[in-house]
Amino acid sequence: MGFIDRTARAFLLTELLQGMALTLRYMFKPKVTLNYPFEKGPLSPRFRGEHALRRYPNGEERCIACKLCEATCPALAITIDVAPRADGSRRTTRYDIDMTKCIYCGLCQEACPVDAIVEGPNFEFSTETREELYYDKDRLLGNGDRWEPELAARIEADAPYR
Amino acid sequence: MAEAQINTYTLNFGPQHPSAHGVLRLILEMSGEVVERCDPHVGLLHRGTEKLIEHKTYLQSVPYFDRLDYCAPMAEEHAFVLATEKLLGVRPPRRAQFIRVLYAEISRIMNHILNITSYALDVGAMTPLLWLFEEREKLMEFYERVCGARMHANYFRPGGVAADMPDGLAEDILRWTGTFPALIEDMETLLDENRIFKQRTVNIASITAEQALDRGMTGPVLRSAGLAWDLRKAQPYDVYDEMDFDIPIGKNGDCYDRYLVRVEEMRQSLRIIRQCLEKMPAGPVRLEDGKVQSPRRSEMKRSMEALIQHFKLFTEGVRVPAGETYTAVEAPKGEFGVYLISDGSGKPYRCKIRSPGFAHLAAFEVFAKGHMLADITAVIGSIDIVFGEIDR
Repeated sequence: MGFIDRTARAFLLTELLQGMALTLRYMFKPKVTLNYPFEKGPLSPRFRGEHALRRYPNGEERCIACKLCEATCPALAITIDVAPRADGSRRTTRYDIDMTKCIYCGLCQEACPVDAIVEGPNFEFSTETREELYYDKDRLLGNGDRWEPELAARIEADAPYR
Repeated sequence: MAEAQINTYTLNFGPQHPSAHGVLRLILEMSGEVVERCDPHVGLLHRGTEKLIEHKTYLQSVPYFDRLDYCAPMAEEHAFVLATEKLLGVRPPRRAQFIRVLYAEISRIMNHILNITSYALDVGAMTPLLWLFEEREKLMEFYERVCGARMHANYFRPGGVAADMPDGLAEDILRWTGTFPALIEDMETLLDENRIFKQRTVNIASITAEQALDRGMTGPVLRSAGLAWDLRKAQPYDVYDEMDFDIPIGKNGDCYDRYLVRVEEMRQSLRIIRQCLEKMPAGPVRLEDGKVQSPRRSEMKRSMEALIQHFKLFTEGVRVPAGETYTAVEAPKGEFGVYLISDGSGKPYRCKIRSPGFAHLAAFEVFAKGHMLADITAVIGSIDIVFGEIDR
């Protein structure tokens, strides 16, 4: 009986027809594809994207040049030089991130004791040349100024878990 | 007509072949269309991970493990953090253990989705890939919500996990476990009985349990040959001993059985995920011991002692007592082990990584000998090789 059953199924192409019927049903299901530049997927407050250096509300930069991010970066992507500023406070004279080396592990923002360096929600920072990915301090502070509302909201949303 | 003498000839397969799953290079000695000998060449993706880790602290080493088997990043992290914890002699809080098991199983499903569907694509079925990658995308979203990255998580830490799961995530995962089985069934409708898929896989590259043991095979490849060996049962780590699940095994050890074992493993993983979510207790997810894990951020900003601990941990790292350990986990591909030697400093003295794919690839001739050239792609798909972990 099993033999007849199997042979009949084989000759009637049952499994192929079943599969095709299923694919046909899928054709009428709603599409899930995102039309990317216009539609984007959801991002959580923890998303680790492009870096930014933040400022305090009064415009003073947060970074105190403790170099903890530089020390903890597994890819050695961060370079920092320090000198006292004219008013005597300790600040970075150079804060470079080589974005081609960075592995976006998030250890720099975990290490930062003053929430100065953060990884923001931006993931659209591709460039045409390699040199543009060697970020310097101006670029990072600029990122911070541009993204500050989002960055502050993200840090606040994630604060209970950190 | 004179008698023709056919000699074997050598064929280069890869390293840029689309079905080679990365940078696999095979030197095939062919007699006509039949493979006589087969010599896998590895090393094209060698990044020196083991040596790099000797120069990184334990905390900095974790991201490197994501990049070994990038199809199931958290399973690799799991092995490393368990090894570090064994040397440290600490156990993470219970909630952290549940989260780790939960995410290890999510990684397993992610890996099996990628493997099964791309394997089906290699032997001629495109639709499962299109359907199931949507589910994989959802799993990556679960990854992203918990750790901030879709693949390279850096989430498990020695002594717990980086941060607790955000509110609402557990409910979303639970809802997803309700919808996913239908997708597995749809995929099985397309593949299980399909004559093209079966012609390409049944009785291709059969191995016996002895062969599998001799060659150090583990994971679904070993289980497809009929041996119910699973480290989650044999030497449970974290909270796997509290989970109720079955080990699927195959009969013939051929490509088709390996496919079936993986499909059933996805269902078992779903069971584990549900149990994790049901049993997960409340509580901390990091050790309160400031010598092992940095203190909470709010405390670090108030207490001088906590700030000092924070600085010490992110520069020198955890001081791990001298000793050595071999710790293995059941990664989706098989036994993934980390052999760690500590000399008492903040950095590992030596870290040897045992990747399951390496043993499977080394035994490639056992699988491939006597089969046709076209079957090589089926074999590559069925043993689930990823070059990140093989070349390290």
